[in-house]
Amino acid sequence: MLDVGQKGPDFSLPGVDGNTVSLTDLLKDHRAVAVMFSCNHCPYVRAWEDRMVAIQRDYASQSVTLVAINPNDTARYPDDDMEHMKARAAEKGFNFPYLRDDSQDVARAYGGTHTPHVFLLDSGGVLRYRGAIDDNYENPDAVRHTYLRDALDAVLAGRDPAPATTPAVGCTIKWK
Amino acid sequence: MHQTSGTMHIQFLWWDGCPSHPEAWQRLQDVLAELQAEALVERIQVTTDEDAEKYGFPGSPTILVDGEDIDPAASRMPSRLTCRLYYQENGRPSPLPSREMIRRAIRSAQRR
Repeated sequence: MLDVGQKGPDFSLPGVDGNTVSLTDLLKDHRAVAVMFSCNHCPYVRAWEDRMVAIQRDYASQSVTLVAINPNDTARYPDDDMEHMKARAAEKGFNFPYLRDDSQDVARAYGGTHTPHVFLLDSGGVLRYRGAIDDNYENPDAVRHTYLRDALDAVLAGRDPAPATTPAVGCTIKWK
Repeated sequence: MHQTSGTMHIQFLWWDGCPSHPEAWQRLQDVLAELQAEALVERIQVTTDEDAEKYGFPGSPTILVDGEDIDPAASRMPSRLTCRLYYQENGRPSPLPSREMIRRAIRSAQRR
């Protein structure tokens, strides 16, 4: 699994909008990139989706982007295929790229284990935070620690996030 | 398996690939205690796709009370090894059944 301080491996993956998105390109335009392994079918992802959209909305003006990557095996989980991804992104109004990692190579390169699983990279592509979005998937009103927001604030201010890692909570990635 | 002399039969089906089952199990225990419900409670670990098909398992956790799923939406879900999607009373998606959903199912069984 990618460790804090290591550079995030580059990727180039197709997105729900028909465009191919690469980490290299994202890093050219952003001060921080939150690579987030995600999917359609997982209830933990569903529970956090509105918060993903809110984080992107709140941090876009500071040149931050989330990028969601779905690596799940579509043979066993067909609702994670590109067509269903397009529908989900439209339904939820995703304001960040939603990409398909069919080979699962990107998930393996990062060491993603769950959906959702966040890897926050700074403008140099270096991992600064890894883990969960916050500490309460079930009730956004009861969140005590906004891990990803706090890590973004730290990175944008030139500080080290604390904590730098938290356990990923969610569905296991469905490997082929 | 935990067994009592009651006639209500509860099956708690779970898959270890999804981390929500301990909390769901705790909620079930809490509701049974709250309602003073006597029940035979059976824990069934689902480990394979074949098991999922056999039990009609739409995801972890699944709770059946006298053979009926506590969530009527289960009938529209395919059988597979996955985390199960529930909706709370306020419409929020969740990997867990709410205490109220469990409570309704137990009360309904108590009245039968």
